[in-house]
Amino acid sequence: MAKRVEATGVTAYYGSFKAIDDINLNVEPKSVTALIGPSGCGKSTFLRTINRMHEVLPGARVEGRLTVDDEDIYAKDVDVTAVRRMIGMVFQRPNPFPTMSIFDNVVAGLRLNGVRRKSVLQEAAEKALVSANLWDEVKDRLGKPGAGLSGGQQQRLCIARTIAVEPQVVLMDEPCSALDPISTLAIEDLMFKLKDSYTIIIVTHNMQQAARVSDRTAFFTIDRTGDPGRLVEYDTTQKMFSSPSEKKTEDYITGRFG
Amino acid sequence: MSDPGVDTPAPSGGGQLPRRKGFGAETVFRTGTLAAGTLVLVIIVAITAFLINEAVPALRADTANFITETEWFPNQTPPVFGIAAIAWGTLVTSVIALVVAVPIALGIALYLSHYAHRRVATTFGFLIDLLAAVPSVVFGLWGFTVFIRPVRTFSIWLNDYFSWLPFFGGDGPFGRSFLLGGLVLAIMVLPIITSLSREVFLQTPVPDQEAALSLGATRWEMIRTSVLPYGRAGVIASIMLGLGRALGETIALALTLGFINEITFNIIENGGNSIAANIANGFGEAGEIGRGALIASGLVLFAITLVVNMAARVIIYRRREFTESAA
Ligand SMILES: Nc1ncnc2c1ncn2[C@@H]1O[C@H](COP(=O)(O)OP(=O)(O)OP(=O)(O)O)[C@@H](O)[C@H]1O
Ligand SMILES: [Mg+2]
Repeated sequence: MAKRVEATGVTAYYGSFKAIDDINLNVEPKSVTALIGPSGCGKSTFLRTINRMHEVLPGARVEGRLTVDDEDIYAKDVDVTAVRRMIGMVFQRPNPFPTMSIFDNVVAGLRLNGVRRKSVLQEAAEKALVSANLWDEVKDRLGKPGAGLSGGQQQRLCIARTIAVEPQVVLMDEPCSALDPISTLAIEDLMFKLKDSYTIIIVTHNMQQAARVSDRTAFFTIDRTGDPGRLVEYDTTQKMFSSPSEKKTEDYITGRFG
Repeated sequence: MSDPGVDTPAPSGGGQLPRRKGFGAETVFRTGTLAAGTLVLVIIVAITAFLINEAVPALRADTANFITETEWFPNQTPPVFGIAAIAWGTLVTSVIALVVAVPIALGIALYLSHYAHRRVATTFGFLIDLLAAVPSVVFGLWGFTVFIRPVRTFSIWLNDYFSWLPFFGGDGPFGRSFLLGGLVLAIMVLPIITSLSREVFLQTPVPDQEAALSLGATRWEMIRTSVLPYGRAGVIASIMLGLGRALGETIALALTLGFINEITFNIIENGGNSIAANIANGFGEAGEIGRGALIASGLVLFAITLVVNMAARVIIYRRREFTESAA
């Protein structure tokens, strides 16, 4: 269920602006990989190239090669929707479908895949909500609107919605930035649990969080405003946080950087 | 009207917090808006009272049942007139207009908001807005000189193949019919529904749309899961605005309908009349009773519009729980 993600020379543009340049990165299956770096260095941009969400924006394009278990996801004849089904995404701000109930939110992806059988949907919804540590809180109000939950619950609902379709890879863009410490811990616990079955890539501004949850860490930066973001160093989290080989990484992690 | 903090005396103990000003922009604004609101209400009540006052003598003089009578002869003695046929015509033409215009308008709106290239969308959107600016008399003249020809051909075709349906029966002549009037109305309400719906669709929050796309939705599935539910209330509102225009449209229908007062499902044979068109055609030569009768019909039109608007509100608020918690 978990797959290896390999980026080779990935470069992404917004119109004529080059946002990231020549990113090379191998993400191990069944692990958590953290992307860290100062604001604007292209972490979100890189993350969105992995499930081909970058190209949704007008004028945005990607160069280079991205493979998932050796399959080129940017190959000409590849179906984008299949790529996105295989690589789920959790966004910075919780975005449950506002007009849908909790249940409908969780099974939205399955319905898009053509699953109609009520029993199958119910089973999948319960499984996803249990994995997302949300089941106990919502099991009595599955018919209520998803937008009526608290922010932390909404984010876990979005995680449940993402994992309900059983993707191979889960991308998370600062999933805890809008949450209180307790919800944050709940989601960190969740990541621990999920990495048994999924490949997880998470963007975070929280160094402790990166140190706590991730197995490997990638540090991105920009040299000057207007320059594209680049990958400075990528290693095991332990190495990155104890003895990074680049001075820039050390400065950033110890807080001596913008 | 007690506003906490406005009139409280200075706290004892020498508090020197500045007092709220008794008479400032705030007060002026509040009084001004209240006055404006009251004035509008007073004007509406006054107009309604005046109209009812004019209509009642005519209704008293009516020797037929105003609700069920189909003929409209208020100026003969004794006066015989009723609302049934012209109200029917108003409803039929409006329904035809919406049935034709709504799918096309929503299609164009979605195309402009989510499919078309930005430059194409701007140009096309501008053309649509231009269509909204064409005066209705122009549509009416065009309808009965030019548009009538294809509509007549189409009517004959419908009659040839579908005369077993009540809508398309009869032996002609065809042309100045509910269908012609309804189609002209459809063209007139199309830009209203299109441009408002497009605005609503464009405002769909990007995170909602990305949520659908990231689950592997195609563009159409994304539209179904996030754009349409988000825009639902706005689309209904735009349809109601269009319907309002269709119900009240006067001159375009006065030029395209065939003026036979009859309650019929047949939409292609010459005939048809509507409340507003009937007023436009009859007001000039109306006597005292005739004027009162036309005013009475106008009040009925007002009531129909009111009911339609209230129904729209019920539809919009039915799923309030969902839309509100989304805000
Ligand atoms: N939609 C867009 N259009 C144009 N430029 C964009 C767009 N989104 C991001 N950029 C630019 O691309 C660069 C990288 O942005 P990105 O959002 O990937 O950074 P980030 O590392 O995720 O930052 P943060 O930590 O603040 O989220 C920035 O210079 C940003 O201004
Ligand atoms: Mg970001």
